[in-house]
Amino acid sequence: MGKIIFYILAMAILVFSVMTVTSRNILRAAIYLLFVLMATAGLYFMLNYNFLAAVQLTVYSGGVVVLIVFAVLLTARMDHKLEAVGSLKSVASILLLLSGMGVVLWAIMGYSFVPNGMAEGAHDVKAVGMSLLSYGSYGYVLPFEVISVLLLASMIGAIMIAKRYTK
Amino acid sequence: MIEGIGVTDFLVVSTLMFFIGIYGFVVRKNLITILMSVELMLNAVNINFVVFNKYLYPDLLQGYMISLFVIGIAAAEAAVAIAIILNVYRNLQGIDIEHVNTMKH
Repeated sequence: MGKIIFYILAMAILVFSVMTVTSRNILRAAIYLLFVLMATAGLYFMLNYNFLAAVQLTVYSGGVVVLIVFAVLLTARMDHKLEAVGSLKSVASILLLLSGMGVVLWAIMGYSFVPNGMAEGAHDVKAVGMSLLSYGSYGYVLPFEVISVLLLASMIGAIMIAKRYTK
Repeated sequence: MIEGIGVTDFLVVSTLMFFIGIYGFVVRKNLITILMSVELMLNAVNINFVVFNKYLYPDLLQGYMISLFVIGIAAAEAAVAIAIILNVYRNLQGIDIEHVNTMKH
């Protein structure tokens, strides 16, 4: 059962990824990206990482995709079509794609991954929260504080950049 | 863990997704489409971190935490990138990358 759901999600991810980069309607591409991100959240749910899947759904498919859709609506007309890709460029990019993919897949297939054999630790919201705010070993309070400053800085920066200056 | 599905299956999916993102990054000329391709690549990397955490080191939370931070940084990056794109559109009346060459001249 889990296997079938995994294959469905994987197929959805791959098909919608391809449609994201090949669709010539940019708003449709944004919606296909939304489907990709939701299928990824489904994979996290299948791995029992519920909090991470919720974060993926809220921040990525809720926040980033809405932001992208707003940017599309502010910068392009609805009937605007992206240009068709030239044949030379398309062939060169597909060669790049296939060669890179070949190298990485060859490396993955040739390596046998060995689990460390420990029992599964706690990964509920309580464990995640304790780990985020502890400063012992495997504590993440420093990156937590750094990313909070980063988010504040990027928020101020985005407002300053997008502001309309009147002379 | 999912019965019958190994690390390699997940890694194949995320590899394909990453290189589809690279294809979009190389082929497209619209800045928003390029941003969407970057999001695809970041998402593929996230899958890798989560799967390594779950299958190889199930007693720790390191890959989980790094995925959380990557999601946060991707959101910040998207906000700043879209602010820059709006500014480019306002000043240059277009968001294709050919428009953004005024600093060359």
